[in-house]
Amino acid sequence: MTFANRLIIILTFLVALMASIMPLPLSVDAFRPDWVLVVLLYWCLALPSRVNVISAWVLGFILDVLLGSTLGVHAGAMAISVFIVAGNFQKIRNFSVWQQAMIVGVLSALYHLIVFWLQRFLTDAVFLPSYLYPVVTTVILWPWAFLLLRKIRRNFRIK
Amino acid sequence: MNPIFKHGPSPQHRLVLVLFCSALLIFFDHKMNSFESARGFLQSMVSPLQYLATAPKQMMNWASENIVTRRQLIADNEQYKVNELIFHEQALQLDIVQRENDRLRELLASPLRTEAKKMVAEILAVDSDPYTHQVVINRGANDGVFEGQAVIDDQGIVGQILHVGTISSRVLLITDVTHAVPVRISRNGVRLIASGVGVIDRLTHNYVPHSTDIRSGDLLVTSGLGSKFPEGYPVATVTSVIQDESRAFSQIQSEPVAKIDRLRYVLLLWPEQANTQQIKKSEAVSVEKVSS
Repeated sequence: MTFANRLIIILTFLVALMASIMPLPLSVDAFRPDWVLVVLLYWCLALPSRVNVISAWVLGFILDVLLGSTLGVHAGAMAISVFIVAGNFQKIRNFSVWQQAMIVGVLSALYHLIVFWLQRFLTDAVFLPSYLYPVVTTVILWPWAFLLLRKIRRNFRIK
Repeated sequence: MNPIFKHGPSPQHRLVLVLFCSALLIFFDHKMNSFESARGFLQSMVSPLQYLATAPKQMMNWASENIVTRRQLIADNEQYKVNELIFHEQALQLDIVQRENDRLRELLASPLRTEAKKMVAEILAVDSDPYTHQVVINRGANDGVFEGQAVIDDQGIVGQILHVGTISSRVLLITDVTHAVPVRISRNGVRLIASGVGVIDRLTHNYVPHSTDIRSGDLLVTSGLGSKFPEGYPVATVTSVIQDESRAFSQIQSEPVAKIDRLRYVLLLWPEQANTQQIKKSEAVSVEKVSS
């Protein structure tokens, strides 16, 4: 892995982070997909020796700072979701894109539920169904993000 | 490169390690608040990202401001002229009332109220996290922003500064679950606390006895107690008063006056610095009066 390759991976993460804090109208905001999780899961499936639990935790930590939540909440949730993929990447790689999208949906739901449980534990947050709306958009986003990121990976020969 | 033998610790060990880190961070950040200074530093680190993320929105704003018809501009201009006339007339009145008030306060030997320093800030980002109500503004320690500073918009109180970075800072909105403002009813001066409930258009008031004179439609203004917010700025209007005798306290809800869901520019307030001198002066005056 050359320096340029590393840089491209980091750039995709930066774009994902920016997309997850970009200001949106309040009605659309509830449906914002989990950009960072999608990009992380792709790289974890493609290069599990490069992007894994530790990188997930670091990105989750940056997300915590960007979102102003209690430090460590998103980091922990992100690490757990990526850990599941890191353990089963050989199986998930062989699924079709839509089957992968379903798995990504389940992981995204798990991620949001872990964040909710931690928030529930820290402040008395009340569960609203709108907390799980991003799962739907994340499932829809996955095939497109997958194709785009694969194109990037093949184009720059990131191994 | 695909290593045949895996390097480093196994995923399980890594997971345990990072979860332990997370647990430590959560404990120290939430329970002990030991990251207050580190937060400011982290905020400065990520502020370039925030500026970049708002670039498309800034571009849209710029476009919508620049691509308007001449007719629209003329109409706006006329509207502003009319507004200016009205405001100017009100300012004249205010000037007289203010002078009268100052004279009366001087007679009562109470401290004079002086003009506080103000600064306009623009909203950089609104959190997408549904559990906290915070926004990021484009002013930081370089502009003299400090933690706990009051933030208002053209209608009323918006919130207070939570973390200060060098070029951006984070504002905790009054609707956040962890925020509360001391207020009083502007009609009769009854003191209440307005706490956020995590819903963008609602505040709640706990521990209000049934006998309290409060009606729906009452305007709540800051009481200046707690010395975070200056006195007299509108906070909310009461929307519902339920006086159910079977409960210990009446249930009161209000709606923030500030347009918290559509903020674009906010105003930062500095406490009145000349105030302390004024107090000393007026104290000196009263002492003289007593001695003479």
